[in-house]
Amino acid sequence: MMISGAEIVIKCLQEEKVDCVFGYPGGSVLHIYDALFKQDLIKHVLVRHEQAAVHAADAYSRSSQRVGVALVTSGPGVTNTVTGIATAYMDSIPMVVLCGQVPTSYIGQDAFQECDTVGITRPCVKHNFLVKDVKDLALTIKKAFHIAATGRPGPVVVDIPKDVTAQMCEFEYPKTIQMRSYNPVVKGHLGQIKKAVQVLQEAKRPIIYAGGGVILSDAAEQLTRLAKKLDFPVTNTLMGLGAYPATDRQFVGMLGMHGTFEANNAMHYADVILAVGARFDDRVIGNPEHFGSEQRRIIHIDVDPSSISKRVKVDVPIVGNVADVLDEMLKLLDTGCKTDPEVADWWKQIDTWRGRNSLAYRQSNHIMPQYVVEKLYEVTAGEAFITSDVGQHQMFAAQYYKFDKPRRWINSGGLGTMGVGLPYGMGVLMANPGAPVACITGEGSIQMCIQEMSTCKQYELPVKIINLNNGMLGMVRQWQEMFYSKRYSQSYVSSLPDFVKLAEAYGHVGMRIEKPEDVVPALQKAFTEHKNDLVFMDFIIDPGANVFPMVAAGKGLTEMILAEEL
Amino acid sequence: MRHIISILIENEAGALSRVSGLFSARGYNIESLTVAPTEDESLSRMTILTVGSDDVVEQITKQLNKLVDVVKVVDLSEAAHVERELMMIKVRATGKDREEMKRMTDIFRGRIIDVTETTYVIELTGDSTKLDAFIAALDGGLILETVRTGVCGIGRGDRILKV
Repeated sequence: MMISGAEIVIKCLQEEKVDCVFGYPGGSVLHIYDALFKQDLIKHVLVRHEQAAVHAADAYSRSSQRVGVALVTSGPGVTNTVTGIATAYMDSIPMVVLCGQVPTSYIGQDAFQECDTVGITRPCVKHNFLVKDVKDLALTIKKAFHIAATGRPGPVVVDIPKDVTAQMCEFEYPKTIQMRSYNPVVKGHLGQIKKAVQVLQEAKRPIIYAGGGVILSDAAEQLTRLAKKLDFPVTNTLMGLGAYPATDRQFVGMLGMHGTFEANNAMHYADVILAVGARFDDRVIGNPEHFGSEQRRIIHIDVDPSSISKRVKVDVPIVGNVADVLDEMLKLLDTGCKTDPEVADWWKQIDTWRGRNSLAYRQSNHIMPQYVVEKLYEVTAGEAFITSDVGQHQMFAAQYYKFDKPRRWINSGGLGTMGVGLPYGMGVLMANPGAPVACITGEGSIQMCIQEMSTCKQYELPVKIINLNNGMLGMVRQWQEMFYSKRYSQSYVSSLPDFVKLAEAYGHVGMRIEKPEDVVPALQKAFTEHKNDLVFMDFIIDPGANVFPMVAAGKGLTEMILAEEL
Repeated sequence: MRHIISILIENEAGALSRVSGLFSARGYNIESLTVAPTEDESLSRMTILTVGSDDVVEQITKQLNKLVDVVKVVDLSEAAHVERELMMIKVRATGKDREEMKRMTDIFRGRIIDVTETTYVIELTGDSTKLDAFIAALDGGLILETVRTGVCGIGRGDRILKV
């Protein structure tokens, strides 16, 4: 039976078991929207700005194990998605973005709402396609899902001209796919794995350094078993939070620019580093020249060979899917695991560092942002999905909300995109209906996608917005205070809206919380009485609160500025 | 260090821009780049001459391998290989220079492939240093125009780059 290209698009999505698409209609995708209208297997969430569609699809993916899908029109529809695509690309999030394009005969004519989608998105996608013939459509979409979800995952864009969606064609969805140019490695090299296990058992001062790759590969369970078996300390990157339970004794906290004293020191002074799905980036190890000692040995497991020995020379590289490699390592360790007795001394050293209590923060008559996050953790019993925007509040969330499970911490770590928090909350709720979701944000970030409160009303998405409002672009202000002699250039936000009224105007519940003693009752009310409402909680916080510890840009991991040193 | 990187890539629209975009985005050098379809028309073969430290070149090959359209990548300069470049050079050829140009072309085993009353077009093939030497040997004032293809190369003997 011949069906239209638009119907093929929908059928392909159904074949991929897509249950939800985030999008915004327009001229070039009208045929696809018409096909969408005629079915009821796929739900569509109409956002208020295409950027939010991509962020929501991204969070849908991050909070589940499924590929998020966004659907937008040509031209401005596509250009509005670029920030979202780049965000997903930097964090290796599997996602498929379907874009309308002007009819093939118009391409290159500067037609209305035309842009070079493949050209514009090329540097920030894992791959992209322009489908010029309806006969290629199903195969291309199959490839897009395959590429997005395998190897090192990433966003894939499929650009579909309007005439292609109108043309008729037989539909057949390929069951499997073979691409001679794309064969990501899965299994690690057994010889290398054996070598790694050997090195681990020789370690005197070991550290397991786990990143987002553990979460993407759904290997949190294997990682935890491995760490338990070896009794080694574990640190997570910002993207890796939840890969190892934060409440466990072996967890030394997040490392990096705002990592704990114990995590950064342990990383620096370790003699063996087991890096798992992490990439030694600048926010994690600071200046590579200042990083660690010559004698140390690094084992690096990553599915992407280009992440290995990119910034730091690695001694035992293992290319492969993290879960598969960890399985192999566990098998080897199950046959006999003997670690060095000196590791006990290392633990004593780590506990000394821990005693420094680097996350202690000053008390204030105002609400401290750290306190809000701590109380949020208690009120939600650590079970909430936490999305965040970018800035001080993001770091407070990462430091003070203890993530015991993977895929609960949803933030833009790589690109650092302000404005993701609220659409991320939408994506999480579409993938996990009924789950408690809080968006920790600031008055700067939240205004970058605030229009999505309208979408939340339409689809009854009860995100709890925790607005840590200091009337400042806090992280910018912090850097200006510390490195620019307190010249607060453009970091003060004046003429803020009344967020309570704004939330109410969108049909939601607004709260303004100004006193520390009101924090807990307000949070409790939001998560019980207003369980099913979007609640905008405007916390007026201490404007001077800063994020500590801090490793200044270009410094080494041990050159931390601690709270009391200022 | 100078490296010659050979790439087999799906012969699809935009493939070249994926490769050149990768080089510019990551700040790698392209000294020259040549590309054309192979005997299997679904594949293109690209030769890139680049300069960089071993670490950088290792990253370049890894990043190229990551491109979905790329089928194979080889650093030809890692082992025995031959390389060639083609140049066409248009020179003024009048009076006594006319004979001199002919002689120089013969010495360098080039060929004159276009003749007018006042000009020659000389075709010359060789490795890049030979082409450079030819240009240096001519009186610069007589050179009207040069065009070079950039380096292409192939492994010696059993070193074969094929799908």
